[in-house]
Amino acid sequence: MEALLSQLVAGLSLGSVLLLAALGLSLTFGQMGVINMAHGEFMMAGAYTAFMVQGLIADAGISLLLAIPLGFVIGGLMGLILEVTLIHRMYHRPLDTLLVTWGVALILQQAARDIFGAPNVDVRAPGWLSGSLNIGVVSVPAARMFILVLAVAVVVGLSLLLKTTSLGRRIRGVVQNRDLAETVGISTRSTDRLTFFIGSGLAGIAGVAVTLLGSTGPTLGTNYIVDAFLVVVAGGIGQIKGAVIAAFGLGLLQATFEYSTTASIAKVTVFVVVVVFLQVRPQGIFNVRTRSLA
Amino acid sequence: MSNNVGEDSSRVRADGNSLCWRTRGRLFSVVVFVAAAGLVLAGCGSRVGDSGGSSATSCVDTSGDSVKIGFLNSLSGTMAISENTVHDALNLGAEQINASGGVLGKKLEVVSEDGASEPTVFAEKATKLIGSDCVAAVFGGWTSSSRKAMLPVFEGANSLLFYPVQYEGLEASPNIFYTGATTNQQIVPALDYLKQQGVTSLFLVGSDYVFPRTANKEIKAYAEANGIEVKGEEYAPLGHTDFATITNKVRAAGAGAVFNTLNGDSNVAFFKEYRNAGLTAATMPVVSVSIAEEEVGGIGVDNLVGQLTAWNYYQTLDSPVNKAFVQAFKEKYGQGRVTSDPMEAAYTSLFLWKAMVEKAQSFTTDDVTKAADGVSYEAPEGTVTVNGENHHIAKTALIGKVAPDGLIYTEWSSGAPIEPDPFLESYEWAKGLSG
Repeated sequence: MEALLSQLVAGLSLGSVLLLAALGLSLTFGQMGVINMAHGEFMMAGAYTAFMVQGLIADAGISLLLAIPLGFVIGGLMGLILEVTLIHRMYHRPLDTLLVTWGVALILQQAARDIFGAPNVDVRAPGWLSGSLNIGVVSVPAARMFILVLAVAVVVGLSLLLKTTSLGRRIRGVVQNRDLAETVGISTRSTDRLTFFIGSGLAGIAGVAVTLLGSTGPTLGTNYIVDAFLVVVAGGIGQIKGAVIAAFGLGLLQATFEYSTTASIAKVTVFVVVVVFLQVRPQGIFNVRTRSLA
Repeated sequence: MSNNVGEDSSRVRADGNSLCWRTRGRLFSVVVFVAAAGLVLAGCGSRVGDSGGSSATSCVDTSGDSVKIGFLNSLSGTMAISENTVHDALNLGAEQINASGGVLGKKLEVVSEDGASEPTVFAEKATKLIGSDCVAAVFGGWTSSSRKAMLPVFEGANSLLFYPVQYEGLEASPNIFYTGATTNQQIVPALDYLKQQGVTSLFLVGSDYVFPRTANKEIKAYAEANGIEVKGEEYAPLGHTDFATITNKVRAAGAGAVFNTLNGDSNVAFFKEYRNAGLTAATMPVVSVSIAEEEVGGIGVDNLVGQLTAWNYYQTLDSPVNKAFVQAFKEKYGQGRVTSDPMEAAYTSLFLWKAMVEKAQSFTTDDVTKAADGVSYEAPEGTVTVNGENHHIAKTALIGKVAPDGLIYTEWSSGAPIEPDPFLESYEWAKGLSG
């Protein structure tokens, strides 16, 4: 029983990490159709932001809380620059976007190596995030609890933004019918830019969060980018709730398989499950005829 | 091998069409390979091991007042993080040798090449260094796959490679000198130490590729012969970032110690999870074979304090030779830098080569290998001696403990250099392992 609950927690926690990494992608890839291979590097930028803030503010707790909004802004600005300089020229050439952003990803990785050095850097976790919380019979690492809460908060925030604000309405309008949106006076260019800013910013937040769990180094993004695409594809393009369900589903699957077999077999099995699932439902978990939002 | 991902970069041909897979969990690189199939077609054509090894012939020129040597390390790609440090140590060694008059009166002229973390590139650059730069010897390589890719090149051209990293053993090429530890100088002493400490059960955690799997096979054979119970064995794919499940398994198994052969970034995630799960060095120590001074900072000292490592060298060794080495290194590269086992082994390999050449009074491969047996050097790690038969060196095994200052201090020492035994022939329990 205890093992089962521990694994449930591990699965949910893994799901929340996947979700954070994938949320931004579900905006830029899901809504805008841009295959952005540099998304992982925006996560890396967020992680290094956490490192930099910690260099300025010694208190690990305050610096972490400050790094979250800062990571959002830095990731977002990098995304904005990428969109304005390169991506907007190739909205109708998705394969070119893939290659160009892959190149950008390599450049950003090398830039990180030149700026921060090749070895990983250490981002200290605040005292209140090391150790475990005891909930019933299971103990949940505090850092994982924090990431779970953060992921939920980001999802709620993003949903509110898309549903209730005028910016959200504009984004949805442009996604559903670009020409019509333009006809009624929405500036699709500025909407694209803002969507890309938000999507990349979310990667920055994810980057700050994963410093609590793993390494902070130039290759941080490459560890997450495949899983993030997997979540978005399995969840259904253009679907935030799809991404949520897919992330937690894949997290739980991975944790379950990993417990009963090994980490490598679990990873393979998850891929096989997703491939089989996409054979049955190529459109992902949610089937929407119009590309509406959550 | 140690410290970073990249070991898995051996390539296989996926089909007749030019699809080029990397056997890594990074599927997206496959996507890119497909998209760029035309560009990489040439690269896919050659398999590791047959990359033109026979085309290089040695053409060492010793008529002038200088002699060329090659440094072949990954200065780019995933392995750059580790191999750059080795490159720095080699450059320091060459500088010092030149300052003291060179080798046989000839100054060393260093030709540096970038192995780019790709075994095929290592083989190509080795061919270039031997065939067109005419170097007398090459120093470098880190991953076992890079070494295995270069091996036929050096054997084909009858040239010399000095390989500075601990590895999984079971190899002895007449053209390679192995100056890092083989298993009986690192893993076996670590097990001896644990046994001596009264540890009766082990949990094995490793990355999923050749080195950890080979090492764990040896560990299990040792454990069986010595009455140690192996309570579990877990492998994580390279680059794995989520250790919640493996940590749950480790905690549930409740072993006396964990033997860690994880590689690269996975170590960071593993130790953070380990600590957050409330496991400590006091209750369940972790012995690592891939974490040196260079990695401690990235993992976070807080997550590592009190944990054990197995190497043959630590920056904190208290000997005049080591103090001079550390001081010279810091003066050249900055006070914040640290020295580690592979760096020391690379530095030492340069001086061992110098000693061999001076004993042979010749730069040719055959003379140097003939003179190699018994060549000894007072290295920062202590006295090391070349074994002429298997081309490894006798070195002292050291178990270290990570201290709050981020450095590693010797906790236990084998006392004297251990003779290299790459095929573990002198161990009764290892019978049948190398077959």
